Amino acid sequence: MVQLNLPKNSRVGVGKVWPKPAGAKNLKEFRIYRYDPDGESNPRTDTYFVDRDDCGPMILDALLWIKNKIDPTLTFRRSCREGICGSCAMNIDGLNTLACTKGMDDVPGVVKIYPLPHMPVIKDLVPDLTNFYAQHASVEPWLHTSSPQPEAEWKQSHDDREKLDGLYECILCACCSTSCPSYWWNGDRYLGPAALLQAYRWLIDSRDEGTGERLDALEDPFRLYRCHTIMNCANTCPKGLNPAKAIAEIKKMMVSRQV
Amino acid sequence: MASQQGSTAAPSVNGLAYPITDHTFDVVVVGAGGAGLRATVGCAQAGLRTACISKVFPTRSHTVAAQGGISASLGNMGADDWRWHMYDTVKGSDWLGDQDSIEYLCRNAPAAVYELEHWGVPFSRTEEGKIYQRPFGGMTTDFGKGIAQRTCAAADRTGHAILHTLYGQALRNATEFFIEYFAIDLIMDEEGRCRGVVALKMDDGTIHRFRSHLVILATGGYGRAYFSATSAHTCTGDGNAMVLRAGLPLQDMEFVQFHPTGIYGAGCLITEGSRGEGGYLTNSEGERFMERYAPSAKDLASRDVVSRAMTMEIRGGRGVGKNKDHIYLHLDHLDPKILAERLPGISESAKIFAGVDVTKEPIPVLPTVHYNMGGIPTNFHGEVLTKKDGDPDRVVPGLMAIGEAACVSVHGANRLGSNSLIDLVVFGRAAGLRAAELVTAGERHADLPKTSADLALSRLDGFRHASGGTATAELRMDMQRTMQNNCAVFRTGDVLEEGHTLIHKVAGGKDDIRVTDRSLIWNTDLLETLEFDNLIAQAVVTMDSALNRQESRGAHAREDFSARDDVNWMKHTLAWLDEKNAKVKIDYRPVHTYTMSNDIQYIEPKARVY
Repeated sequence: MVQLNLPKNSRVGVGKVWPKPAGAKNLKEFRIYRYDPDGESNPRTDTYFVDRDDCGPMILDALLWIKNKIDPTLTFRRSCREGICGSCAMNIDGLNTLACTKGMDDVPGVVKIYPLPHMPVIKDLVPDLTNFYAQHASVEPWLHTSSPQPEAEWKQSHDDREKLDGLYECILCACCSTSCPSYWWNGDRYLGPAALLQAYRWLIDSRDEGTGERLDALEDPFRLYRCHTIMNCANTCPKGLNPAKAIAEIKKMMVSRQV
Repeated sequence: MASQQGSTAAPSVNGLAYPITDHTFDVVVVGAGGAGLRATVGCAQAGLRTACISKVFPTRSHTVAAQGGISASLGNMGADDWRWHMYDTVKGSDWLGDQDSIEYLCRNAPAAVYELEHWGVPFSRTEEGKIYQRPFGGMTTDFGKGIAQRTCAAADRTGHAILHTLYGQALRNATEFFIEYFAIDLIMDEEGRCRGVVALKMDDGTIHRFRSHLVILATGGYGRAYFSATSAHTCTGDGNAMVLRAGLPLQDMEFVQFHPTGIYGAGCLITEGSRGEGGYLTNSEGERFMERYAPSAKDLASRDVVSRAMTMEIRGGRGVGKNKDHIYLHLDHLDPKILAERLPGISESAKIFAGVDVTKEPIPVLPTVHYNMGGIPTNFHGEVLTKKDGDPDRVVPGLMAIGEAACVSVHGANRLGSNSLIDLVVFGRAAGLRAAELVTAGERHADLPKTSADLALSRLDGFRHASGGTATAELRMDMQRTMQNNCAVFRTGDVLEEGHTLIHKVAGGKDDIRVTDRSLIWNTDLLETLEFDNLIAQAVVTMDSALNRQESRGAHAREDFSARDDVNWMKHTLAWLDEKNAKVKIDYRPVHTYTMSNDIQYIEPKARVY
């Protein structure tokens, strides 16, 4: 049955408004999704005020500032703080992106932050990505070869190497998959843009000899074909990649091997 | 796990304060960066039942942020020889590196890079389709005569490309991962053998005790002991601190590398490969000042030399910007096509974090803490060493260390750029090979000591209920400021003395620490506190080791002892921490002044000029 409302225990209530930092002149307001897995209460949004004169320019700087100065219980993943590890993916101002590379100035007014959409939430801004990682693993993200290995490197032309650009840079942040309505609906069976982008990265690698088996594994009504070119993935990717295009290329490979 | 929020008592289930889940493996690897994953794959291939524990998902490990490349004398861009690579590494180490280990590294480097390529790393290519190699600081041909192109690159995302590939290999070998498990402490028995490790499962707060014949620590560096570091927030040297708490020493901790080009303000890394591709530094007079400090290598001198030169320029009033407190890195003269192909990542970083279009303007940069040459002393098999009964090379049974956590020592007093990624895979592989020799798959395990989880649980429980007056973030900031101010690029006795007093005071502040979050589920307040506890132990040891070493060598530059002193100080510092009495005990190990084979002679110390 179609469920048009969030389940009762997922409905987001209004949380605490934390006091403004004393003496601060340049404030930015944040409304942040909180979920406490220990209690019985529903998720809520807490309101915080960040002193911009005492804080770095990025959204992650603000989250760290809040955690260090106001509320140490605020929970989120973070690591490299330079857009390469993919830890701090979250929904900021309605768009999935990395907190570390999103500037506070890019968000007019109140900054609203939620966890990546449509994923089970463990706590606050920390989603459970187990299924996402399993889907990535299912495309067998390693080089398949059967020819005898050369002593030195496999040769790859400059042009063949260029085909990997726009694919290998994926940081598995899950922004794309969790922005995809088709993935929201069929996340258990549709692999989603991130895993499919990776699938194509290995399909198009001139060194890889597993093309046939890789395509066989994707020949399924759900795994590949649930992409309806909605393009949210390409719009949201914080690394500027285009998973939808990669998916379209896989579909083309499927067709061309049949003719 | 019963819900316990707001309660001050430990959760009680069946009368046990913290229920423990037990696991038994042949080998447990702690850390899933480049070294940890390579070792995990090696152990798995050897048929050993291997667990890999990591506090972050493997591809979030800090190896992912390595940019410029991985060194190996493939000779794709001109003649090269592993002996030349070895000479450069010895010179770069300022003769503190162990030459047997350096020989092992450089000889095995080409095979390690080919292995990565065979596994699928998307290296950039030459016109002939070979792996592209770029020049890097301190890398020369023919024992210092020419500039080598030895650093194999996947654009400027080499670490990312390697880490994702290694993760794929780990999947292929059906690795048993324990992801988002925070390792708390080692299990040591009365004979001094390591018997396993205790970890906290972050998403449900359960305690997991891993019993194994061998623990391999691959936990990385501790850059976050400093205020401004290129290191990730997670670089807290947890393994180093576990070793200190196990009563074992850390080695050469005074040697902290400052990378010349961290982005001013943000601290994000701009690869040395940018200078390898032709970039150069200028001061406020627009002068390419490196020509004065390193007439032959210029901007491609080794990192300690460039960082000191930049600091001298700023001190001399020739810094750039409003406060004359940084330096410019120019890439704007380079062909935009080259920038797009070979340096796309840093072009993006410069835009995001400095608002700079690299094709038009210089990047504001500053020497920034980047790498720890020091760490857990090991031999070139990865086995952890200590000094006992006069034996400076006594193996600690059951324990290995690799990667930035280890001090093999191949980097000595200063690491060359692109020698860290090769260190990860060469010694990650070595550890796997050694594990296969030491452990028989499925071998019976002796019973664990009764107290096996006591140390870990008492620390965890103590911090979980800490209700003092100082928040963790406050103490951490005090530590980071102290290290930044008192243990930086240039050091003097007075400043280090003051640093010693200050950092011990911060460490003493632990008694008054406050943790606010009482939950056991994803309690990052608690985890950051455990990490702070790890960091401050290493900070104390670093400061005291720096105060102790009265000479200048590599990254350790003393203004009051400005020359290298091979007679008195060509030796490794060993530092033990007695936390209870807040004392650091220092002793020494001799530097290995011999090579591994007869294929190359010991390289005698000489003046280090670039």
